[in-house]
Amino acid sequence: MSFITYLINGISLGSIYALIALGYTMVYGIAKMLNFAHGDVIMVGAFTVYTLCSILGLPPVVGVLIAVAFCTALGMGIEKMAYKPLRKASSPLAVLITAIGVSYLLQNLALLIFGANTKSFTSVISMEPIKLADGQISISGETIVTIIVCILIIIGLMLFINKTKMGQAMLAVAEDKGAAQLMGINVDGTIALTFAIGSALAAVAGVLLCSAYPSLTPYTGSMPGIKAFVAAVFGGIGSIPGAFIGGILLGIIEIFGKAYISSQLSDAIVFAVLIIVLLVKPTGLLGKNIQEKV
Amino acid sequence: MKKLKKLVSIVVASAMVLAMAGCGASDAGNTAGGDTFKIGGIGPTTGAAAIYGMAVQNAAQLAVEEINAAGGVNGYQLELNFQDDEHDAEKSVNAYNNLKDWGAQIILGSVTSAPCIAVVEKTKEDNMFQITPSGTAVECVQYDNAFRVCFSDPTQGVIAAQYIKEKALGTKIAIIYDSSDTYSTGIYEAFAGEAANQSLEIVSTEAFTADSNKDFSVQLQKAKDAGADLVFLPIYYSESALILSQAAQMAYAPTFFSVDGMDGILSVDNFDASLAEGSIFLSPFTSTVNAKAETFSAAYEAKFGEIPNQFAADSYDAVYIIKQALEAKNATPDMTVSDLCEALKSAMVEINFSGTTGDSITWSADGEPTKAPIAIKIVNGEYTVL
Repeated sequence: MSFITYLINGISLGSIYALIALGYTMVYGIAKMLNFAHGDVIMVGAFTVYTLCSILGLPPVVGVLIAVAFCTALGMGIEKMAYKPLRKASSPLAVLITAIGVSYLLQNLALLIFGANTKSFTSVISMEPIKLADGQISISGETIVTIIVCILIIIGLMLFINKTKMGQAMLAVAEDKGAAQLMGINVDGTIALTFAIGSALAAVAGVLLCSAYPSLTPYTGSMPGIKAFVAAVFGGIGSIPGAFIGGILLGIIEIFGKAYISSQLSDAIVFAVLIIVLLVKPTGLLGKNIQEKV
Repeated sequence: MKKLKKLVSIVVASAMVLAMAGCGASDAGNTAGGDTFKIGGIGPTTGAAAIYGMAVQNAAQLAVEEINAAGGVNGYQLELNFQDDEHDAEKSVNAYNNLKDWGAQIILGSVTSAPCIAVVEKTKEDNMFQITPSGTAVECVQYDNAFRVCFSDPTQGVIAAQYIKEKALGTKIAIIYDSSDTYSTGIYEAFAGEAANQSLEIVSTEAFTADSNKDFSVQLQKAKDAGADLVFLPIYYSESALILSQAAQMAYAPTFFSVDGMDGILSVDNFDASLAEGSIFLSPFTSTVNAKAETFSAAYEAKFGEIPNQFAADSYDAVYIIKQALEAKNATPDMTVSDLCEALKSAMVEINFSGTTGDSITWSADGEPTKAPIAIKIVNGEYTVL
């Protein structure tokens, strides 16, 4: 019985990782950069909802929508101000370091505004837990909503990329920026759109994360951010289905590791799995091996 | 080029400001000494344990003001300088170094265990008297210059096990502790040892670490599967708050039993107090425990607008303990740090202190207090003495 509970909890945790990992993987696939500030956009999303719903008392739906809009704007703003000027920089490290800088900036701004005290986040999901097998298995509303939202978003995203012009433009930019520009694709606009989508997903992930684990500090986003990055690499960075599968697997491994091996070593297990996967398949589970042409 | 010049001038200007700030600090250090007892306080006034640090700072300030208003100690005034350490050992040592530059003669702190252990190494080197209101790890007072007001971790673990047995609070016990934290591990080990003596049945022992302190579903599920009717949480309130809400999500309602780390849980911003309903924790203080506690609580509430917690009481007592010890030896501020330390050390084992955290508290030379514990239950969203 507990096996099933662990599995569901693992999928739920994995769904959150998957949503965050999508942001990493899309940005990497298209802009070829690791946006380490992504985890902190999650925190900003959660704080926005906290401010709107818990302090100002707005209904959760309104709070979440505003948070998504706010994070979208924030993501585009960061891209325009911090990353775009560095796109032509000679070393790809410049933009990576900037991303780390933005991450600290966001954390410290939140520290300044909200202070370091832990806030208890009121769940935006008001759904009774579902009881199965005579109450032996109890699945919380948060878990169910998290899983459903994640699946819907993945389906929506896949449709968007494969069926719309803008999605096709993204694929083209990911394939070859120069050629895409020659074909008349607005590369800057496409990259900005990628950041917008990634950040909107981060806001959703932040709300779900804090609804499931209701504590909020300025550092809330950093550890899930790192784990989601691992999930993205695990699944094959740059690949959207890869991020989904990587996230879900990572969540399940983490929970099972805790349950059946050791509750202290769960993080070590997660990272050990990553190392093994990368040794066997360096591009990740669904990563494509791109040959450099000389 | 213009931009570069601007940048250089900004850097130079800020360097000058810093240099001047440095001068100011060292001047203050030089002119000090002789007319006041300088007490240096260290604790987390920001960060995850800020509720504790703020309580200690406020209460120490209150005690110092009261003592000064009543004529000081041996005719001399007390002066308090409180530094933030963010519950971080390295920052705590930095805070201690700042205080030394300021001219501190007595250290009140650190508030939390790990930073306190780091600081006591330094005070030992300098032979400076240190009293921690709330550093509970054994090593906090491992040297003879250090004393504490609260119970040690092992003492808390032992008392917790005895209390559960005595009151028959649970037959099957699950434990969730933080294996990356000295405080939590110390209590857990002593509890597990004493539980065996008391023939309490521990059905599940699970740990977590500071890097994975969000998801407790597995630990709780294991406790539930093992049929635990009491979950022992030797951890701080931030994680306790998460555990309580996750237990509610999975419809698991055992008795939660904790130690002084749970004190403060009702002050977490936006926390749903009904989640903590019925939880019990051991703490040496509540505002109604004795007359001194009542007076202190009223004064604290009037000044800071909230009911003081155990950390505030420990801190308030610590200042009065320093006062009593100084008076016992007729100490004066012109004594060297080391002489003062020797005098206070011998005073501590002789005095019999009655304060807000208990009556007739005595100390042994190893720095440990002897006093009676109090159990507190959360009823209708308030701390209630059992």
